[in-house]
Amino acid sequence: MSTLARKKGVGAVIWDYLTTVDHKKIAHLYLIAGGLFFIMGGIEALLIRIQLAKPNNDFLVGGLYNQVLTMHGTTMIFLAAMPLVFAMMNAVVPIQIGARDVAFPFLNALGFWLFFFGGLFLNCSWFLGGAPDAGWTSYASLSLESKATHGIDFYVLGLQISGFGTIMGGINFLVTIINMRAPGMTYMRMPMFVWATFVTSALILFAFPPLTVGFIFMMMDRLFGGNFFNPAAGGNTIIWEHLFWIFGHPEVYILVLPAFGIFSEIFATFSKKRLFGYSSMVFATVLIGFLGFMVWAHHMFTTGMGPVANAIFAVATMAIAVPTGIKIFNWLFTMWGGNIRFTTPMHYAVAFIPSFVMGGVTGVMNAAAAADYQYHDSYFVVAHFHYVIVGGVVFALLAGSHYWWPKMFGKMLNETLGKITFWLFFIGFHLTFFIQHFLGLMGMPRRVFTYLPNQGWETGNLISTIGAFFMAAATVILLINIVITTVKGEKAEADAWGDGRTLEWAVSSPPPVYNFAQTPLVRGLDAYWIEKMEGKKELTPAEPLGDIHMPNSSFLPFIISFGLFVAAFGFTYHNDHSWGLPVGIIGLLITFGSMFLRSVIDDHGFHIHKEEVLELEKKGAKA
Amino acid sequence: MKKWLRNWRLFSLFSVMALLLAGCGKPFLSTLQPAGEVADMQYSLMLLSTAIMVLVIVVVTIIFVYVVIRFRQRKGEENKIPKQVEGSHKLEIIWTVIPIILLLILAVPTVSATFKLADVKPMNKEKRDKDTLVVNVRANLYWWEFEYPDYGVITSQDLVVPTNERVYFNLKASDVKHSFWIPAVGGKMDTNTENKNQFWLEFDQKAADKAGGVFYGKCAELCGPSHALMDFKVKAVPRKEFDQWIEKMKNAKPVVTDPVAKQGEAIFNKSCIGCHAVTPVDKRPEQARTAPNLANFGDRERIAGILDHNEENLKKWLRNPESVKPGNKMTGTYGKLTEEQINALAKYLMSLKVE
Repeated sequence: MSTLARKKGVGAVIWDYLTTVDHKKIAHLYLIAGGLFFIMGGIEALLIRIQLAKPNNDFLVGGLYNQVLTMHGTTMIFLAAMPLVFAMMNAVVPIQIGARDVAFPFLNALGFWLFFFGGLFLNCSWFLGGAPDAGWTSYASLSLESKATHGIDFYVLGLQISGFGTIMGGINFLVTIINMRAPGMTYMRMPMFVWATFVTSALILFAFPPLTVGFIFMMMDRLFGGNFFNPAAGGNTIIWEHLFWIFGHPEVYILVLPAFGIFSEIFATFSKKRLFGYSSMVFATVLIGFLGFMVWAHHMFTTGMGPVANAIFAVATMAIAVPTGIKIFNWLFTMWGGNIRFTTPMHYAVAFIPSFVMGGVTGVMNAAAAADYQYHDSYFVVAHFHYVIVGGVVFALLAGSHYWWPKMFGKMLNETLGKITFWLFFIGFHLTFFIQHFLGLMGMPRRVFTYLPNQGWETGNLISTIGAFFMAAATVILLINIVITTVKGEKAEADAWGDGRTLEWAVSSPPPVYNFAQTPLVRGLDAYWIEKMEGKKELTPAEPLGDIHMPNSSFLPFIISFGLFVAAFGFTYHNDHSWGLPVGIIGLLITFGSMFLRSVIDDHGFHIHKEEVLELEKKGAKA
Repeated sequence: MKKWLRNWRLFSLFSVMALLLAGCGKPFLSTLQPAGEVADMQYSLMLLSTAIMVLVIVVVTIIFVYVVIRFRQRKGEENKIPKQVEGSHKLEIIWTVIPIILLLILAVPTVSATFKLADVKPMNKEKRDKDTLVVNVRANLYWWEFEYPDYGVITSQDLVVPTNERVYFNLKASDVKHSFWIPAVGGKMDTNTENKNQFWLEFDQKAADKAGGVFYGKCAELCGPSHALMDFKVKAVPRKEFDQWIEKMKNAKPVVTDPVAKQGEAIFNKSCIGCHAVTPVDKRPEQARTAPNLANFGDRERIAGILDHNEENLKKWLRNPESVKPGNKMTGTYGKLTEEQINALAKYLMSLKVE
């Protein structure tokens, strides 16, 4: 069932997206779902800031505040940042390495739907008694104490489901990058974003299993009478802290390495220069990925691990500053001597440098264990990680969305609106978080729903709240921009920005379903730039034009994920209601049944014939 | 010349920062106005790390501003293609080595301070010196218990300590994880549910005078709906006063003379005594001590850790604890009290004093 160039109704489009295995459409799905969750997380952030705007406020108190704060963190990390990163990777990586799709298109779709249903399940908690309320870290003693609602069960099961999806995504990109590179695309010719994706995928592969183990322990404790975290029965809650942070720290790099990759592309493109110190950038990326696993316990300096462990983890953490510093200077020197064009993505990239450096240096301050006893769990830490995550990751996602929007959707986002979004967001970001460093140093603990007057915290909190509204305004303008662009944006060319260096800018915007009519021959770093500099308009093909083998669409990924969604409901309630267990089992049957179908049905895909390809290419060239 | 310039810069940076930061926050609460040896050590480390980091930021910013202004695209140069530079080994080595040196400068004092702060040998000696003060801190859902094991005295919510000497703490939690933090006096340590943590603090007399004798303490680990309200207070007094206080505590017993308070005592003995003790010498095991010790309740700084200390607030708390501290463990444990009973109880509780 070929999905080529047919006029389609709304229903058909929806069906197309529900069954697609095309990495470009999955990127759309990730972008839309991640964007929605980002908006939800943002609204939660606004609620938090409204409550903290003045002392003794009663807008959102006690347990409800804790639910909002937990869901803000959980949503932003697992349901917004991760999928948005995956959106960028899906949209770009296969094309950047000259591939027609990822290695396992079916798995790719399955990964998305698992994430989606996991996130949906987690958010159902709002309507079913209450959301999780033990913080996004969900430390074991508190989350076992939180028995009034099923919030934590939603957290544990929802994130397990979406975590499976993430691991699949990670494995998929690893295999894709190892196996599917076009001829000539050696490792040291891969675009920086591909390298970042590669290392990130490896981190996912090693970081998510410990988290899953932690989740399973907690699921056992909460739903099936386990005692992993019950000290009275010989359990230990510190184990949860270790498991969580063995995942949690690499997670920071899982998010920020792709951000580095995105910025590397943007700096090179809009400075019209190749990336300065490419090989040291690759080295730094790999080193950050490696060191990222050596430092998790710096989140636990006050847990009481003793001075030896604290000192070792402190020094290891400081070491990460070195490769990160290498990157910062390499970006600066990429711009040095360049011809810098200040497009919207470049605005974010340029603003990222001072913002992220601020987050980085406070990271080193936190690494000084003895001083961290003061920073830990105070607003200083809140300021620090928002500088890293917003100043690094969110800036990168906004930059990447503007940069690759024409490639993903075929239309240019409005540059004026884009720049307004940028300035609002940039000002709001610093207004919100800079002052929080000082709030923390002045003794304000994090995760407090209120504070008494006369502790010197009033002004700082008010400024912070005002800043949050700037960021909200920026997001609204971005949405308006997207709507306007979708309705009447100008059509983008293949090389939408005119300065593209990597392979994705050589194919039409959006690219045809098979990406490359002929697999290209890569002759160096910045493959497309090389061809352009030699006066060519197209890539050198590495194969004759022929039939192209494509995978079939499938509805099974959706059903497999839906089964787990149903099962999660069943098991959440199996202690309260007799229908719980049967529903859980039915859910699992749906999942395993569809997996069985997938295994026994032969699916050889289909071919797009040479003539069809030629016709499509002609049309693409005209448009 | 250049070296001198750098030293001078560092020094002035240091002093400007110290000036700027010292203006921040309240003397009873701010980590930037250190009130003891531990906080001092941490503050110096903060200043050192901030100085190094500001240096990094300044260097990056200078290059950044120069690059962004100097190399921006000018009119008529839209098609100019700059030289494609691969990199520079010399530069790359420079910006690898310099950060390593900066980090070493920070790492050495960090490691040394980390070990110093963990030095709790005096409290764990076979035979403890008579002067070594140990306090057992037990964190509970939204209240703190302070036990002086060498004196057999227990109190809650208001920690009393002698100044100008090291005070050693055993920390644990009885329900969920909390974290014990007196920002002005020193960094925090978690109270875990499965093990005992140990650390020490020192309270400076001059700083205590400046702070009005009372430091604010906070719970720093999310522990439930009322995490934000789990405050405690620290009264830092000269050793002599402390000794007097502990003597009084050892012998404290409720002395009730007022008839209304007597009525209150009767109600208390019926409804409250199961959980709350009214003498500092409480021999029950800690599992049985499920509520704050009220022996010196009348001397406290706050009602329920957060409300101003007066009868009105006490009545408000007794009438409906849930409205003051959501999720607390007292709500619903003593039935409904009449307004008259609440008045009597308040009178009685306020009369519990040792000072």
